[in-house]
Order: sequence, then structure tokens, then C-alpha cells
Amino acid sequence: MRVRTNRPRQKVKKLRVLIAKVGLDGHDRGVKIVAQALRDAGVEVIYLGIHNTPEEIAASALQEDVDAIGLSVHSAAHMTLFGEVLTLLKKKQAGDIIVFGGGIIPEEDVRSLKKMGVKEIFTPGAPLEEIVKFVKSIKTTSREVRGGRR
Amino acid sequence: MTSTPKGPRNLSGIEIRPVYGPEDVKGLDYRRDLGVPGEFPFTRGIYPTMYRGRLWTMRQFAGFGTAEESNRRYHYLLKQGNTGLSVAFDMPTLMGYDSDDARSRGEVGRCGVAIDSLADMEILFRSIPLDRVSVSMTINGPAIVLFAMYLAVAERQGVEFRDLQGTLQNDILKEYIAQKEWICPPAPSLKIVNDIIRFCVESAPRYHPVSVSGYHIREAGSTAVQELAFTLYDGLTYVKSAIDCGLKVDDFAPRLSFFFNAHNDFFEEIAKYRAARRLWAREMKRRFQPANPVSLALRFHTQTAGCALTAQQPYNNIVRVSLQGLAAVLGGTQSLHTNSLDETLALPTEEAVTIALRTQQIIAHESGVANTIDPLGGAYYVEWLTERMEAEAKAYFAKLDEIGGMVAAIERGFPQGEIHRAAVAYQKEVDARERIIVGVNAYAEPEEHRVPTLRIKGEVEKKQVQKLRQREKSRNVKKLASALGQLAGVAEANGDLMPAVMAAVKAEATVGEICEVFRRVYGRYRETVSL
Repeated sequence: MRVRTNRPRQKVKKLRVLIAKVGLDGHDRGVKIVAQALRDAGVEVIYLGIHNTPEEIAASALQEDVDAIGLSVHSAAHMTLFGEVLTLLKKKQAGDIIVFGGGIIPEEDVRSLKKMGVKEIFTPGAPLEEIVKFVKSIKTTSREVRGGRR
Repeated sequence: MTSTPKGPRNLSGIEIRPVYGPEDVKGLDYRRDLGVPGEFPFTRGIYPTMYRGRLWTMRQFAGFGTAEESNRRYHYLLKQGNTGLSVAFDMPTLMGYDSDDARSRGEVGRCGVAIDSLADMEILFRSIPLDRVSVSMTINGPAIVLFAMYLAVAERQGVEFRDLQGTLQNDILKEYIAQKEWICPPAPSLKIVNDIIRFCVESAPRYHPVSVSGYHIREAGSTAVQELAFTLYDGLTYVKSAIDCGLKVDDFAPRLSFFFNAHNDFFEEIAKYRAARRLWAREMKRRFQPANPVSLALRFHTQTAGCALTAQQPYNNIVRVSLQGLAAVLGGTQSLHTNSLDETLALPTEEAVTIALRTQQIIAHESGVANTIDPLGGAYYVEWLTERMEAEAKAYFAKLDEIGGMVAAIERGFPQGEIHRAAVAYQKEVDARERIIVGVNAYAEPEEHRVPTLRIKGEVEKKQVQKLRQREKSRNVKKLASALGQLAGVAEANGDLMPAVMAAVKAEATVGEICEVFRRVYGRYRETVSL
């Protein structure tokens, strides 16, 4: 159930991002557009598809050794699901993986999610350019921090 | 960035000229292609009197939290002049899981109402007379379970099945194509759909067993033409599948209904509804030759496009919804849901829903558009566009026929791929400002407008799980086990599922327990990811 680009790992590691829907909703229009835009922008994207549990997300993130995880939720379960992903990552000593996301998320919750440790939330109408720019900026900030784990 | 100057295109990519005249509709024959309202090919409407006889049903889709909370919202909506109900279930219910399932964590009651068992369903419809209020239920994978619960509630209310007049969405094909909430693979799912149709033919003849839905296809990013084509082709697939299992077309086709989106391009949407009626009538006649003319008439519900709303400057959404709702009415819809201004942020507040409902009431009672049937009929542009949309949809039909039908096309990812490409193209146009979205890529304001949003309390999940566990303790375990065992037996023997599911819900089996039987016997559907 996994789609990934077949490029060989380069010496200078390319930015790797896991993109997925978490939870039970199947609204995948936005997440697929974002995944494709990131891939077009040269990011290595692992697209996990729909109906993933937080456990599946965290396990895949570790297995694929990603720099960031982008999650989409349209079922209003974002507080729980983002929270569980963050907790699981911390538990697995991978709290340095950047988590961002998007969906139908009220402003109040955007603030709470950021406080919990979600780096950025994009709501309907967010330009792709902005999302791509955000993801590309992850590279430089997270690279040094992650040195310890590798 | 180089851009060649292009003429404006509608959302299906059809180039629109500055003016249309008689030469654009040269081939149009009034009797053959339009006809009077209520007659083949129904281009102008399916009833001779349309809104002069009866206005469309104002049906706001609603449901959140527990059955108690949703029941209160339904009573509120009916008091405000809503003329039908439309139930939104939460994600676990839509996927056939109970509220205490590990996969349901965080999802219970969030984007719809949580229903686990018959007891919840009874609360949901408390003091709502099911013989008088038509109820539409958006449920697909587990449709047979929720329908059985609905029937059991009707029975307890003393309502005869033959007096029930609601709609079950029960359109699994568009789930594989667009909405992606499913349980089993296509073949057994279509068998379940047929069992429901057969039950309605025999016992609930006024009830609509399937609402063939283009709404979700459009929300997933399709063009208007794709919405039209894939939806009608899904409809033809259900008809063929029901005939193949021994039903007669005239026994069930008059009770099929459709569900379309109302997006931003005003005339394109109107042309889409008119083309839908004509194309359905023609294809049904050509493919299945029904004797009853009602079998050829396409009835439809419309919802304004959720995906066309913006989180930025949310009050602008009221204006968008007015235009979209107006297009649906000018296109001859039988019922309408108008979205609320805050729906890009959360489920709507009561105040936002009321404005949305008032929008319909203003269109109905103040604008005068309901006085005349198909008032745009005969307009050069509209007739040209109607023909063009019909022709483009037919080209898709030919492709789908060639692939070997919709199930084969789904397995090959054909409609999914077409929709994804359209969604990407649309987003690129918006990002390149080739399409202006007010408040997003033009006329943006640095200051964000805040609107109040509905909060679903976290304790809903806890309460629902507690309720479920308590009820499970008081059940007659032997009766339950025997009902579930019988259901599994019927499923394995490929028998009629309706009576067995009815017996199971009456034995207080939960949605999750019944769907688990389906998962075990029929298997789970897994999507092959395409990007």
C-alpha cells in the first residue's frame, strides 16, 4: 500500500517527508495535491494513503527515516490524532521529526496544536506555494538537530 | 512564467465565447431535445408543475455528538422551516466501527452523530414522526445496518413501512471513486445494495433505496462534466446490477434518486442539471427500455459545494452559497442543502445553519424564480452548454463501456485518476491566479475575520463508550450470538441479508458487530494508492 519514489539514496540526504491521512476520513483531495506538489518540488515523498492509525504513521516514519510528517484530517479528530502521533514519536525517541498538517481545523485548535508541538497547520485556501516553502525550510532547521539520532 | 492569452473557460475546461446565437442551437429540436416539463426527455424538469405545485424540500444535512444532541438539532431545524431531515453520521459509524473500537479514538460524534445500536437510533428520531417527515441518511458501507435500525424505529413508532418516504444514500461505487468510506470490496457491496433495493420494492415502495451521488466526486476535485458522467454511469451500473439479480427495471427505477453538487460556475451548473435529466432519460430508454415513464425521470437532491467555500473572509461564503443555491433551483432540484458560512472551519453553529436555511427561503419566497419552470430554457448559451455537457459525458460513457463497466474502471483507477488530475489542474489555476477566488488569491485582507465555531466536547466519546458498554452488559447474549451466527450463515450462503440484519439489530447487535460479520465473510476493501 505504499507508493514511493525509486530514486537511490544520495550522499547528501534529500529531504524525506511522509504524507498521509490519519484516522477514518477519506477526504484525500488536498493531501494528494500536496504530496504531488512536494514531489514536483524535489522532495522525497512517501505517501501512505488513507485510513492510517497514529501507530501506523509513527512506525512508518521511523522505518522510512523521514525528516517530517504531514498529516491531513477532515473529520475533526485532529486534536486526538495529532496528539497521539506526537506522543508516539516522543516515546520512540523521534520527537525531532517535524509534524505539520492540514484540514478542517478551527483557529482555536490550530493554536492548541502548535502548543502541543505541531509545527504548522494549513487550512482550506492555503496556497501550495506556501506549503512547499514551509516544507523546504525544514531541511536546514532539522538537519543539525537530528544529527544525534543517526 | 509565460502565458498565452486564453478565453475564459468554465470549470470543466470548456471555452466560453462572448456571445451565443441561433446558429449555436441549430440542431436543437424542441420536442425531441427539450419537451414540456414532466415529459421525456425531461430536460426542463421532471414534473409538469415543478415549484408551482410544491417547492423543493429544504433539507439541511445535520448530525453531531450523541443521538440526544442531534435529535435536539433536528427539532430545531424543523421548527425553523426545514421540510425534511438529513442525517450525518460520524466517521466510525460510516466505516462500520463501534465507538469503543481502537480506530474510533478521537472520531466519536465529531463530524456526525455516533450511532452504535438500535437504542441510539430510537433516541435520534425521538418525537419525529417517520411517516410524515422524510429522512435522508448519508450512509453507504453499513447502509443496510442503519436502514434496518431505521425500520425497527418506525415499527416501534407504529409506522407502516409502506408509509416511509426517506432516502438512503447507499451509493458504494462513489465511495471507491471519491469519498473513500467503505467496508467490503465492490462485488459483495453491490449484492448488499441489491438486497436493500429488493426490500424496498417489496415492502417500502415510497422509500428511495439509493441516492446516486456526484456530490462527493465533485468535492474530490472532478470537473462538472466528470461529476455528470461518473454519477450517471454509476446509476446505470446499479440498474444493470439490480436487473441481473432478477428485479424488473420498472419496479425500482422510479425510486432511484440522484445527488449533485452546486459549484461556482453558475450556468455550467444549470446546464449540468438539465443535461443530467436528458442524458439519464435517453440512456435508460436505450439500455433498459422501461415501460413506465417515471423510470426515465431523474430526481435529484443538491448540496452547495463545500470545496468552494473559503476559510478566509468566511462571511463571503453566504454570497457564494446564495449563487450556488440559485443555480440548483434554476436547474430544477427536488431538494436542497445550503452550506453554512463556517463549514471550512468546523461543523456549523446553529446561527450559521439558520442563515443557510434562510438563504433557501429567500430564493423560494422573495426572488420569484420559483414561479416559472426552467426559466432559462431556450437561452442560446444555456442550450448550447447543456448539449455540450451531455456530449462530453457521453464520451466518458463510451470510455467506461470500453473498459468493461464501472467496477473494472474503479479497479483500474480510471475515475480516481481523472478526478485527481482535474483537482491538480484546478489548484494550479488558482495558484497561478488564472482563477480568482475572492479573499484567497485576490482581495485578500491581512486581518483574519473570526467567526464563532461549534465545539464538540471531548466527553461525547467517553459518554458514548460508557453507554455502549452498559447496554452490552444488559443484552441477551444467547439471542445476540444466534442472530449474528445466522447473519454469517446467510452471508456465506449468499442469501437475502435484510431479514437477518433486521433480526440482528433487534437483538441489539451493534453496527461494529454486524459489519465485522461482513468483513469476515466478504473481506475488507483495500485501495491501491495512485498518485
